[in-house]
Amino acid sequence: MSTTEPNLSISNPHPEDTDVIQKIALVVACFGVLILLAAWANIALDASVFMPIAIISMIGGTTVYGARSYLKQPEGIKNNGVWHFSLTSRGAFAWAVGILLTGFYVLLYWFPGYVGFVQNGENQGLVALFDPLSMAIKGRPASQWFMYGTLYTIAILALGMKFIFKYRHSRYQLIRTISVMIAQLVFAYTIPEILAALNYNDVTTSAGEYVGYYDTDIKNVWPLDYDFFYSYHLDAMQEKAYQPFGMIYLVVGIGLFLIGTPILTYFIGKRWYCSWVCGCGGLAETAGDPFRHLSSKKLSAWKLERWLIHSVMVFVFVMTAVTLYGYFTGASSVFGLDIYSKFQKPYGFFIGAIFSGIIGVGFYPMLGNRVWCRFGCPMAGYMGIIQRFKSKFRITTNGGQCISCGNCSTYCEQGIDVRAYAQKGQNIVRASCVGCGVCSAVCPRGVLKLENGPEEKRYDLPPIIIGNESVKISE
Amino acid sequence: MHNIVIIGNGISGITTARHIRKLSDHKITVISAETDHFFSRTALMYIYMGHMKYEHTKPYEDWFWKKNRIDLKRAFVEKVDTDGKTLHFSGGETMTYDKLVIATGSKPNKFGWPGQDLEGVQGLYSYQDLESMEANTKNISRAVIVGGGLIGIEMAEMLRSRNIPVTFLVREESFWDNVLPSGESQMINRHIKEHHIDLRLATELKEILSDENGRVKAVITGAGETIQCEFVGLTVGVSPNIEFLKGSKIETKRGVLVDPYLKTNIDNVYALGDCAEFLEPNGERKSIEQVWYTGRMMGEALARTLCDKPTKYEPGHWFNSAKFLDIEYQTYGWVWAKAKENEGDFYWEHKNGKICLRLRWDKSTGKLLGVNNLGFRLRHHAFDKWFKEGRTVDYALEHLKDANFDPELYKTYEAEIIAQFNRENGKNIQLKKKSWKRILDFVS
Repeated sequence: MSTTEPNLSISNPHPEDTDVIQKIALVVACFGVLILLAAWANIALDASVFMPIAIISMIGGTTVYGARSYLKQPEGIKNNGVWHFSLTSRGAFAWAVGILLTGFYVLLYWFPGYVGFVQNGENQGLVALFDPLSMAIKGRPASQWFMYGTLYTIAILALGMKFIFKYRHSRYQLIRTISVMIAQLVFAYTIPEILAALNYNDVTTSAGEYVGYYDTDIKNVWPLDYDFFYSYHLDAMQEKAYQPFGMIYLVVGIGLFLIGTPILTYFIGKRWYCSWVCGCGGLAETAGDPFRHLSSKKLSAWKLERWLIHSVMVFVFVMTAVTLYGYFTGASSVFGLDIYSKFQKPYGFFIGAIFSGIIGVGFYPMLGNRVWCRFGCPMAGYMGIIQRFKSKFRITTNGGQCISCGNCSTYCEQGIDVRAYAQKGQNIVRASCVGCGVCSAVCPRGVLKLENGPEEKRYDLPPIIIGNESVKISE
Repeated sequence: MHNIVIIGNGISGITTARHIRKLSDHKITVISAETDHFFSRTALMYIYMGHMKYEHTKPYEDWFWKKNRIDLKRAFVEKVDTDGKTLHFSGGETMTYDKLVIATGSKPNKFGWPGQDLEGVQGLYSYQDLESMEANTKNISRAVIVGGGLIGIEMAEMLRSRNIPVTFLVREESFWDNVLPSGESQMINRHIKEHHIDLRLATELKEILSDENGRVKAVITGAGETIQCEFVGLTVGVSPNIEFLKGSKIETKRGVLVDPYLKTNIDNVYALGDCAEFLEPNGERKSIEQVWYTGRMMGEALARTLCDKPTKYEPGHWFNSAKFLDIEYQTYGWVWAKAKENEGDFYWEHKNGKICLRLRWDKSTGKLLGVNNLGFRLRHHAFDKWFKEGRTVDYALEHLKDANFDPELYKTYEAEIIAQFNRENGKNIQLKKKSWKRILDFVS
């Protein structure tokens, strides 16, 4: 239908549905964002007053807005108008948000000065707004990464609340979303900041000597956390001043990759990571939820996906092998190739920054919320191989009940053509499935169930869909 | 190699085409006047509601047809000449065939109401109906839907998704109560009202009134009430879409008459899906089956017949599903609106009033006959197997956990259900733990 009209509302394309409380909540949330923009524009604000106001407004406003929008409707699937609404159907609003996000990442990565970060001086703008919070937690001014981490956490919490109201009828979605919110707030944000506050990380001595930094987000597992084996990182974890935490993070980090990941993925699929704890997944499932239907379901996209994700995986393996070779031998090059400039730097630039950040998040409104997870993430690639070949996880198809409507495929953020399996009565066993469970939720006929069961008969293709006795299988 | 021509690119025609291709090298042509490609008719509502676009409702990408050598032709068949084995299209073009398959589906019923052909009055079946509904419901202040069946409630949901006030005229005392037993039907009545749909039970349409431009401006109900509206949805069932066969030698009654092989009275001419009418109905089934699943099963059978493996259409145990606004419905086996004399009846409803289970069994043998489940999901394989093995209602309840198909982490109701059953029937059934071994046995 080409007769749809552009609409600029946020979750419901019919503004007459918006009541006073919703409007006030929306204004409050926008006010929070406005404070950010004002701070960015270097308008003089007392950060210790306006920073908490901004945070409370954004989380509170979004929560109340989500609650009002969804709680006054009966429980159920809330996808009305998704393809009519400018923001969620690649309209002008979507382009504006995409450009804004992309620009933000470019500045964050390469021009932090433009967001207000000042090395060895007083921060300005957006970063300065978060100075009081950073001072309160760890007694030093904010960096652009502290600002980013705080905003990232706010996004997951605020839009996670909205998601909870939207899917309140689904206990799977409810518990899963609480899990990603806690994982972000506790493991990715609070614990790392506390460790830094207690001088177990990121310490500069009174003599002005920098002791080192290591990643204290325990669930950020190599190879997603691609610099885990960089020498600065390995050294920092072994720093005397950081013990016992440095060694714990080293051992747990390696253990999670080598033992934890394969075991968990065998028993429950890669979803334990991708849609229950991962930070990238956490943002995709909350802030990215309105864009999940934008992923391409074409066969050609699947072909591209298989090449791309496994190439990135090979790249990170080679880069890390070379890095470790350098670390243990002290060499700075292999086969005449400089380890930093030929391996680490290109990976960090092309994969770490451009792919996972700019395309991964900046392009949410264009390509969907899981571009990085589907086409790039080496952790997802690694778990995908386990999930495809050696796992108990599958999406079971409920006999002959599929009506080929296409909701499952449309709302699969990973671009899996779920319907192609369901309409054949075949279970879905795919490397890329992150187990978000939305296909099962949007199915109007109760056809799909994510479950862990015996590997036997996991992906048999039935010779004929049940319910039809015309064709005897013995023939 | 035969030249097989299929009229109609819905689920029946396309399933036939796909299975012919799996089994043979015959030349296959699929003709449609509706759309270039196969789409899921059941998903039309989601296009209007903005959940999907048309392209998402196509189960196969557009390259699929060429790759599988299924020729697609966009044309309207006006006349079928079975003697000359020739189709005549509107516009004068013709096409010959060796074997013909008629899979032209349905059209919405109209029962001769005054004003039924006014602007803004329509049914909902085809893609074109969807397009006109899009145009007809622009900026309207009220819609009236006539007919309390599956399409009626879908249409109500569609209109409500755009905040259009809806009055829903249902002739019966309770929604779809010729199919649903009272508990289920009343649950849906309540749910319809919860969605702010003005449900009028036991209310018939008498007349549709026109404004000065030939557009609907109001309806008058059987009780004489006038309801202002700018749109009327007529959803009082569908009938076989076979007008183009008038004057051909193919025998028809309400639908195209077929034998168990889906063959018509003319050699090499077959019909299936919504438009076919069985000379001998299958068991308890209707002589015209207007269901997605049955169209698909007929296609699977017919493709074999056309590939020289004569195969009767022999559907197994009945199953069906629907979604009433937010409440999903599945059914396996036969659950009649009223239990027959020899049938035991059990109904459990969750205290939230949105989840229920009904079981029917043969009182003399205890054998399970059918199940309705609303608001939660059950495994098709489990019930199909239990029916085939002649399991009793007690057995089904004992193993209800094996049949649960709700998403993980959902609350389960088996214990509550069985407690009520035991209480009402003086039994002592004990719930068994879920067993993967038994679940895998369902599938074999």
